[in-house]
Amino acid sequence: MSHLAYLGVLAFVVVGSAWLEVVLRTRVFSRWRRLLLALTPVVAVFAVWDAYAVAAGHWTFDPERTTGIRLGTLPLEEVLFFVVVPLAAVLTLEAVRAVKRWEVGDEAPGSSVDGVRVDDDAPGGAA
Amino acid sequence: MTYTQLAVVGVVVVVLLDLVVLRTRLLARKVFWTAYAIIVFFQLVTNGLLTGLRIVRYDGAAIVGSTTPADAPPPFLGDGRIAYAPLEDLLFGFALVVLTLVLWVALGRRGVQRTPYAGPPRVRMPGGAERE
Repeated sequence: MSHLAYLGVLAFVVVGSAWLEVVLRTRVFSRWRRLLLALTPVVAVFAVWDAYAVAAGHWTFDPERTTGIRLGTLPLEEVLFFVVVPLAAVLTLEAVRAVKRWEVGDEAPGSSVDGVRVDDDAPGGAA
Repeated sequence: MTYTQLAVVGVVVVVLLDLVVLRTRLLARKVFWTAYAIIVFFQLVTNGLLTGLRIVRYDGAAIVGSTTPADAPPPFLGDGRIAYAPLEDLLFGFALVVLTLVLWVALGRRGVQRTPYAGPPRVRMPGGAERE
C-alpha cells in the first residue's frame, strides 16, 4: 500500500487541477498538440537535472514508498511529476485567463479575447 | 554543484528565457503572478507531502538545511525548510513552472493552437470578469 504513496501524491495534483478543463473551459487538453510540444522539453530538462541530482546524492527516493518501476535511474513517479505538475500549471494559468480575461501574451495582434477587450496591463502588449 | 546552487541557476535561466530570449514577458503580467500564487500554495502542499512522508529525502550537504532524519520527518518550518520541504524546492518549482508556461505561451505566439482561448467559465466565479 505505501508503495503507492508517491503515486497518490501525483493523483492529488491531477484531481486537483483537471476539473478546471471542464468547469472553467481552460481548453488545455483540447489543445493537446501545443501541450505536448510545451511539456516535452520540460520533461527532458528536468529529468536530466533530476538524474544528475540523484547521481550527485542531492536526494534519494524511498523504495518503500514508490512502485519500484524505474526509467533509467529515476522512479517512474518522479518522471510523471514533471508531466503532472507542469500540466497543472498550464491549467491554472488558463483558468485565471478564463475567469479574469487578462492578457497572457499569446493573443493574435489586434485581437480581443471573447469579444471583451484585453487589458493593457502588460508592457509589450499582444504584438 | 549543490542543490542550492543549481536551483538559483535554474531560476536565473528561466527569467532570462522569459524576459530576454523568448520575450514572452510572463513575469511582467498579473495573470502569471495570480496563477503562481495559486500554484505555489499547492506546491507547498505537494512538496510537503513528498518530504513530510519521507518519499524523497535530501542530503544535508546539498541544501541550506540539514539531512532528513532516517527515522522522523524533517521540521515543518526552520532548518532551511518550509512545510517540510527544503527552501530550494521553491526555486526548483518556480523554474519548472516558469519554463513550462513560457514555452506554452511562446508556442501560442507562434500560432501553434493559439485558439480556442480559455473560457468562458461554465460557472460564475467570484472576482470573474463581466461577460456581455
